Amino acid sequence: MSTTIDVMGKTTGATSSAELAEQRHSRATVGDFTSPDARMVCRDVDVWYGSKQAIKGVSLDIGKHEVVSMIGPSGCGKSTFLRCLNRMNDTIEGCRVAGSIRLDGQEIYDKGLDPVPLRARVGMVFQKPNPFPKSIYENVAYGPRIHGLTNNKAELDELVETSLTRAGLWNEVKDRLDQPGTGLSGGQQQRLCIARTIAVSPEVILMDEPCSALDPIATAIVEELIDELRANYSIAIVTHSMQQAARVSQRTAYFHLGDLIEVGETNRIFTSPQHKLTEDYITGRFG
Amino acid sequence: MSNEAVSGPGAPPRRAIDVVNASLKRRYAKERRFRFMGATAVGLGLAFVVLLFADIIGKGYTAFQQTYVRLPVTLTEDILDPAGTRDPQTLAMANYMAPIRKTLREMYPEVTARRDLRRLYSMISVGAPQLVRERVMADPGLIGTTQELWLLADDDIDMLMKGHIDRDAPEGDRRVKDDMLLWVDRLLGQDRIEKRFNTIFFTHGTSREPELAGIAGALMGSFYTLALALVLSFPIGVGAAIYLEEFAPKNRWTDLIEVNINNLAAVPSIVFGLLGLAVFIGFFGVPRSTPLVAALVLTLMTLPTIIIASRAALKSVPPSIREAALGVGASPLQTQFHHVLPLAMPGMLTGTIIGMAQALGETAPLLMIGMIAFIVDVPGGFTDPSTVLPVQIFLWADSPERGFVERTSAAIMVLLGFLFLMNLAAVLLRRRFERRW
Repeated sequence: MSTTIDVMGKTTGATSSAELAEQRHSRATVGDFTSPDARMVCRDVDVWYGSKQAIKGVSLDIGKHEVVSMIGPSGCGKSTFLRCLNRMNDTIEGCRVAGSIRLDGQEIYDKGLDPVPLRARVGMVFQKPNPFPKSIYENVAYGPRIHGLTNNKAELDELVETSLTRAGLWNEVKDRLDQPGTGLSGGQQQRLCIARTIAVSPEVILMDEPCSALDPIATAIVEELIDELRANYSIAIVTHSMQQAARVSQRTAYFHLGDLIEVGETNRIFTSPQHKLTEDYITGRFG
Repeated sequence: MSNEAVSGPGAPPRRAIDVVNASLKRRYAKERRFRFMGATAVGLGLAFVVLLFADIIGKGYTAFQQTYVRLPVTLTEDILDPAGTRDPQTLAMANYMAPIRKTLREMYPEVTARRDLRRLYSMISVGAPQLVRERVMADPGLIGTTQELWLLADDDIDMLMKGHIDRDAPEGDRRVKDDMLLWVDRLLGQDRIEKRFNTIFFTHGTSREPELAGIAGALMGSFYTLALALVLSFPIGVGAAIYLEEFAPKNRWTDLIEVNINNLAAVPSIVFGLLGLAVFIGFFGVPRSTPLVAALVLTLMTLPTIIIASRAALKSVPPSIREAALGVGASPLQTQFHHVLPLAMPGMLTGTIIGMAQALGETAPLLMIGMIAFIVDVPGGFTDPSTVLPVQIFLWADSPERGFVERTSAAIMVLLGFLFLMNLAAVLLRRRFERRW
């Protein structure tokens, strides 16, 4: 608890111990939610499902070449927040988003902005592996094909190969590209989904608990993959496993009941949490 | 602790497992009773189905055969073509009954009384000359020669040959009188009577004469009607289902539409007939008793079935597939057509074929739009007057002649055959589409 508290945004600088104590219990974000090299900038994001507010004034940046992990107890809004970043929440009836979310300076909730190309720039990997019920090749080729990213079959073949290679799946499936993607093992399916996502060359990849349906070995492979992907993409990952957050991410954000409680360097969050709730959560007192 | 819970005060302590064992017998008995009732119900159902089929086939199979009489007919030039021009017009108009009657008179010289002669002539169908004409028109060289011709027998003789008329019944109760029995027996003795496969049943339209009545007209009418109804109802139904399920906002209006569609599926079919009569025939002036108007009415009738089945099929597609497609940047329509529709297709096709099978068997609404008219010609298009199979069955079932009884059953067999084929098609299509993982 000896590190200085870096408070930005809604909270003002705190020095006295009384203020420090108050801050430990407030719902305002503790820590620096900005990133010096931000790709996505979210400010005061509110999300409502009908009349129920699921996200309350969350501000968070996602920097280039970094993995931001979002942790917190179930129902804290971390998945909801993630799904705002590529407007996946549009498909949910009664979901309303307020505030500002910008991708490279472009407001993504602008009335005129088309969510279809946005989702090509902000890809998503889901909790449960959901390959299309088509062949492995088709799974990866589908995105580039509908966006017209390649000019001919040879280019498409190459793109499929590079995508599968980067997802670490090529050697396992190169001899059976025409077989159904749904016939792969769970870990392979998730890597296929990652290959499908990176095939359309997104700038940001959102991962919603990508390893929750996988065994430890498959999880290790995917985590290694996430670390490699960081070189080219910005990654936001929601996870229930604090060890995973510690392993893969550079910054960690702790959500609690719709509030973003604390953000900071992953190391700092896990070694010296500033907020009482964060501390309770990571020390296993609840959640 | 658990022992105390199950044993009463003062009673020797009992273990929970003893209580379980004691009740086990009762539980198994209950299960056996339930299984027995289930098996009985299924058995009873199957027995009735077998009974129904046995009855229909038993009554109907004879309709697939038809009695023919072989007579040496002299195609006299004086009667058929007195001018000797061989003009097709003349040949078409000629009286081909006359040479047949002449042959009969020569074969039975003892029959002279006017009334007896009429009965003698009635042994040959009034449709027989038509078949002779066709042969002569095809080959005018036959005129002037004597040909052994197989002539269509009248339905009374046909019934007698098929054993539907009891020879031992008193003469007054029989349509075939004693003298006719003698004439038929003499023909039989000369090997001049034969039962052949009944092609007329499959190639002719209906007729007042059972031996000339066929289902071709009704079959073609049903075919045109169903083809058009399918072309109209499948795209509209599937389109409506996709829109309502995937695109329409959920509000009071779409709720109202949904309730209405569900209610329409339960509306008595005759109401659709009345609607068709008022709207399509009365207001839009669509010609009555045509496959066109029948298809429109049946489309209205089957649409709710197809929409409900298609929506259920769409609902059963896992949302993760939609998310996956949207996640890589597919537009909502691409998501539907590339990913959701192929997965929902088996369910949609099943619903459609069930709807079509229902439409194939539908009678009531078609009565309202004039499909009950007596139409002899086989329809050649969507705007020709026609009837359909179930209405034809209804009409024949109403006819008094014994010959129509077997034809009714035979037509039912044909209808059931088509229903069976359609269900088979549904199963096969389902399999085919489901194989795509």
